[in-house]
Amino acid sequence: MQPIQNRSWALLFLGILAVTLFCLDIMLGSVAIPFKEVFRIVTTGESENRAWLFIIEKIRLPKSITAILAGCGLSVSGLQMQTLFRNPLAGPSELGITAGAGLGVAAVMLAGGGSASMYAISQLGITGSWLIIGMASLGSAGVLGLILLIAGRIRDNVILLIVGVMIGTITLSIISIWQYFSQPEQLQEYIMWTFGSLGGVTGYHLYVLSGVVVAGLLLAFASSKSLNALLLGENYARSMGLTVGRTRLLIMLSTSLLTGSVTAFCGPIGFVGIAIPHITRSLLGTSNHRMLIPAACLTGTVLLLLCDVIAQLPGTQTVIPINVVTSLLGAPVVIWIIIRRNNLRSSFS
Amino acid sequence: MNNHKAIVETRSLAIGYRSSGAARTVATGLNIQLRAGNMVCLLGSNGAGKSTLMRTLSGLQPALSGEIMIDDRQLGTLKPAELAQKLSLVLTDRIEAGNLTAREVVALGRTPYTGWLGSLTKKDHFKIAQSIEQTGISLLLDRHMHQLSDGERQKVMLARALAQDTPVILLDEPTAHLDLPNRVEMMRLLHTLARATRKAILLSTHELDLALQTADELWLMHPDGTLLAGLPEDLVLSGAFEATFARNSFSFDRATGTFIIHQPLDNAQIYLEGPEGPLFWAKRALQREGLGISRYRDAPCLIRVADAKNGFEAEIIFQNQTFKVSSVQALIVQMHLLFPSHGRSAAS
Repeated sequence: MQPIQNRSWALLFLGILAVTLFCLDIMLGSVAIPFKEVFRIVTTGESENRAWLFIIEKIRLPKSITAILAGCGLSVSGLQMQTLFRNPLAGPSELGITAGAGLGVAAVMLAGGGSASMYAISQLGITGSWLIIGMASLGSAGVLGLILLIAGRIRDNVILLIVGVMIGTITLSIISIWQYFSQPEQLQEYIMWTFGSLGGVTGYHLYVLSGVVVAGLLLAFASSKSLNALLLGENYARSMGLTVGRTRLLIMLSTSLLTGSVTAFCGPIGFVGIAIPHITRSLLGTSNHRMLIPAACLTGTVLLLLCDVIAQLPGTQTVIPINVVTSLLGAPVVIWIIIRRNNLRSSFS
Repeated sequence: MNNHKAIVETRSLAIGYRSSGAARTVATGLNIQLRAGNMVCLLGSNGAGKSTLMRTLSGLQPALSGEIMIDDRQLGTLKPAELAQKLSLVLTDRIEAGNLTAREVVALGRTPYTGWLGSLTKKDHFKIAQSIEQTGISLLLDRHMHQLSDGERQKVMLARALAQDTPVILLDEPTAHLDLPNRVEMMRLLHTLARATRKAILLSTHELDLALQTADELWLMHPDGTLLAGLPEDLVLSGAFEATFARNSFSFDRATGTFIIHQPLDNAQIYLEGPEGPLFWAKRALQREGLGISRYRDAPCLIRVADAKNGFEAEIIFQNQTFKVSSVQALIVQMHLLFPSHGRSAAS
């Protein structure tokens, strides 16, 4: 039972890494706070220094939690898509799902006129966050539905991927047209959003995001049996009693919720969705979704926390956009995995 | 062949494709029965509709008309989960999940019986172990699917179907992509399994020789959309088997149950005699060279073949001359000298 043992070691290692990075992420930032104080604030919620208390409770903790939510959400959404499309290159950003979410966000930000900027929406509190999550999820679901419709007719994975990229391009063009006719202030708002940020989610938003992401993850975990059956292909899945249409719908719902909500609040974070499932499969050497889904959550958490730590450029006052870091860090990782394993195609799902 | 109850039965079934209202019928009037403990081979040339019939019987594709009964229930009224407990499949679909181990693939066969999370019970483990034993794949279990050879992978997929514990198993060309030893083993295994487990096994195949030897029943699909079912021997003797695969370029030898690529030629001037072994191979070589073999002993040329220490020996008696040769090659060379205007030498 060698592989099983390796698997539990890998999971333990990931868990420790995640906890360490979580602590590091809370400790580091533009304001230096002693470790003792950070620990006290997190455990007891009290501190003599009001500013430190505010920074930890209102800024760093929500940001770290957002990083975890985004990491879990995007990884699991990518994992489900790769299994559903039986395609190692499927992922929320690759098939245009993120672009669809972006269209939903753009619809809220740009069409709403000056009154509907992100700032204004955050003032709306819970209603606004539901609005933006709803629109982004609808946008993702729209694109995903379109791709699924085409996938029913086209069996070829590469062609499907090209179609996905094209749909993504169309979606981005619609956003561009929208931007072209928008006011500069609105544009700036939207462009800032496209850089991606884990820091903008506070208060009510965090509760809403947590709720939606947890719901999406539970849905995904509940589909793990169906996802396993789908590993052998749709015909086998159907012969084993799977109602393929309903399963597709459930997976689509989960994927749209996860991608839509994370993208709505954190911007289009590329790359995590395609890379993490591969890294997780390589680490664990399994395709069983009952293990892969929790493990992908852990790996995603580790990666996004790490990216967030790096994005703060420890020791400086500057913070660079998270989207840049995920791509700069993640792309070489995937290239490395592809070159090292060279069997991505045969073992992807 | 036995008289057990039919598990799968079709009544005036018509199969084909329906696209935008217009139906393209592949075969009609199918009244066939698949019985417990029988291995049935579905034969037919490419495009005769074997896959369409398999897909229709397995519920992956709707029938155009007529009905299919499985275990006395109409196929259409069975819920997917119920059907999955009656009928399992081995398909030609490529398994892209190379990261799955053989054990995990076999365990997936229990999907119709497990709860929402897919946890395996004691009974599931027992059924999995049983199907692993029946297919003899216990040494492959910890290997990943992409590390298995085609033959091994096919056996794992068969084990998965067995683990699904259904009275009917349909296999779509299970011997495709396999080499000869693996093809023979797969067919033998399926036949043994049908007997041992009392399952009804239907497979489509192009392996005519193997099907004739191992099948309890043959279903012959004609390109004109009809299907003939019967014992292999009956179908051969009635000429139906030959008719299904009739082509100009080869013929079916009823006596040996094999296909002969080159027909005896009109200018048959040679009569062959001798023991079976050397006779067979000499005949085959002569036919390949385009030299016709006569059925009558009074042919102008008589070749007497015999077993020899080094394998082969023959005497050619032609126009009161006798030539001795000690290999088939020498025989061919000599024959071309005697009949320069015949066979391949005539063309050159």
